[in-house]
Amino acid sequence: MRRYLTRKLITYVLAFFAGATIDWGIPHLMPGDPVQLFLSKFDLEPGGYAALYKTMAQAFGTNLPLWDQYWHFWDGLAHGSLGVSIYAFPDQVTTLIFSAIPYTLALLVPAIVLSYILGNRLGAAAARRRVLDNTLLPAGYVFQAIPYPWLALVLPYLFGEVWHVFPISGAYGEGLLPAFSLTFVVSLLDHWFLPFLTVFIVSLGGWAIGMRNLVIYELENDSSRYLRALGGSERLIRRYAYRSASLPQLSGLALQLGVVVGGNIVTEIAFHYPGLGLLIYNAITDEDYFLLQGIFIFIVIGVLAANFIIDLVYIAVDPRTRLSMQGAAA
Amino acid sequence: MSDVTATAPDAPEPAVAPLPGAPAAAIPLVPRRRGDLVYYALRNRKLVAGLSIEALFVLAALLGPAISPHNTTDYFLAHLPPSAQHWLGTDYFGHDVFAQLVTGLRESYLVGALGALCAALVGMALGFTAGYRGGMLDDVLQMITNIMVMIPSLVLLIVIGAYLKTRGVLFEGVFIGLTTWPWVARAVRAQTFTLRSRDFVDLARLSGRRAWSIVVRDIAPNMASYLFLVVVLLFGSSMLLAASYDFLGLGPTNTISLGTMMNQSTLWSALQLHVWWWFVPPGLVLTGMVAALLVANVGLDEVFNPKLREQ
Repeated sequence: MRRYLTRKLITYVLAFFAGATIDWGIPHLMPGDPVQLFLSKFDLEPGGYAALYKTMAQAFGTNLPLWDQYWHFWDGLAHGSLGVSIYAFPDQVTTLIFSAIPYTLALLVPAIVLSYILGNRLGAAAARRRVLDNTLLPAGYVFQAIPYPWLALVLPYLFGEVWHVFPISGAYGEGLLPAFSLTFVVSLLDHWFLPFLTVFIVSLGGWAIGMRNLVIYELENDSSRYLRALGGSERLIRRYAYRSASLPQLSGLALQLGVVVGGNIVTEIAFHYPGLGLLIYNAITDEDYFLLQGIFIFIVIGVLAANFIIDLVYIAVDPRTRLSMQGAAA
Repeated sequence: MSDVTATAPDAPEPAVAPLPGAPAAAIPLVPRRRGDLVYYALRNRKLVAGLSIEALFVLAALLGPAISPHNTTDYFLAHLPPSAQHWLGTDYFGHDVFAQLVTGLRESYLVGALGALCAALVGMALGFTAGYRGGMLDDVLQMITNIMVMIPSLVLLIVIGAYLKTRGVLFEGVFIGLTTWPWVARAVRAQTFTLRSRDFVDLARLSGRRAWSIVVRDIAPNMASYLFLVVVLLFGSSMLLAASYDFLGLGPTNTISLGTMMNQSTLWSALQLHVWWWFVPPGLVLTGMVAALLVANVGLDEVFNPKLREQ
């Protein structure tokens, strides 16, 4: 057990260093110069440009050799600093991230969790019940096959442009300022609904189909057959099948929640929703190294934490994992 | 990981080899087997229905440009609604939407095939190695898989794309394949793990055969049907992923795809102008293509796995 955990922990620490390094490196490999991009937004005199460029490049350290920049990145991280954003200068990277996180979480977590719950219910119900299977399953496949961007076009078109029921852009009405007032909260929910619905719909089919297949496999398992031979009721057999089938689904859920901090770029761009996905997109287009690195660090931690939790949950929930661990230690 | 597919070990050899490089079965087959598979395949309604619909789309992709009365480069009046002259109307630039659609179909299939092939090759190589060797090597390969998951592929796509003069379908397909393999690697690894300690593998090992020969001749054939299903799934998911990239404007720059049609329609306010015939058809067609593939996949699963057949 201890050996197993130490080995896991070592690979996680290594993965963190490797992941952070790659995520640091990718933005730096982009052609172009972020400071130059930033300054090009202003109408500057040539002389002023040169002076300003020199100061800013020095301040951001973009004129240093890559090795030094890499060192500064870890140095800052160790001190809990993610640096200053270039495109939203002079905002701190952490300020930008923390103002975007609530929108992303409020959008994605309910969509993922609710689709997980409903999808699993539907899938388990469909398994081995002919009528349900023949109606729900094809519907599930169609849901799973919908290209997401298309849904993010068709629903806003119908609800926004044709029927005028929901707004299709932004997180709250124009002219409103974030406040704890009824108007603001209503506007917030109003803008939240369509992006939520699109993410919910495209995730639903996958969960349902996954669960349906897993339950069917479990119902045909030797253990289920044995239980049937012993005279166990069909309800009991189904309950055990559902429990074993939930395991892979659960790890799927953890993985999805792990990357939630990356936002959903397509949704947030399609709906101009000011979450982390949109922030990443803006950071890319403006080549903002520091902002990109900062968000990536969150993603790396999220993925690793999710994986680690899955490992622990499996040890706790699945006796087979414990057995194989003993086998590995022997 | 609990094995998602308890099916594979018992599954018979499929009639179709999953990949060009896959070997013939090492275990002698009962001669009736192949006939059986065809029998069950033809009787499986899901497989037949899925494949028939898919065949229609493939036909449209192959013959479409010949059937279409117009070329993608012809100019007409802008925003014409669907009519006998223009089956799906025209877009903002006055291009015929139907002509674009059939061209996009072809590109989608190309991206799907390339993505599936690359992901399957890399994923299988790493999955077999990790699953068969186990131990330290397994940990390292799993770590690489985890790191791959953490790399934001979208950002990588933008960075690499920035260095290319034109982004083609070929590049997009290979890129998708090289970023989605971790999923395959995980699945193959889990399967190999369950097969590794089987008697016939032990026997092969005792007879002094090399590891790669055991993997290729004893382990792979026993999960061939599973691998085939994985490749079919990858095919569909690659097409969907490509649509997302295209929608963000990261798609091919030298041709038309279903995703770039959706991207163009948002850029030129098709929503606000109510030009629905520009963005509804590409998504609808893609949904049909992928859904048919998925339904055929379940059918195939039932054909390969006797346990799933009788309901």
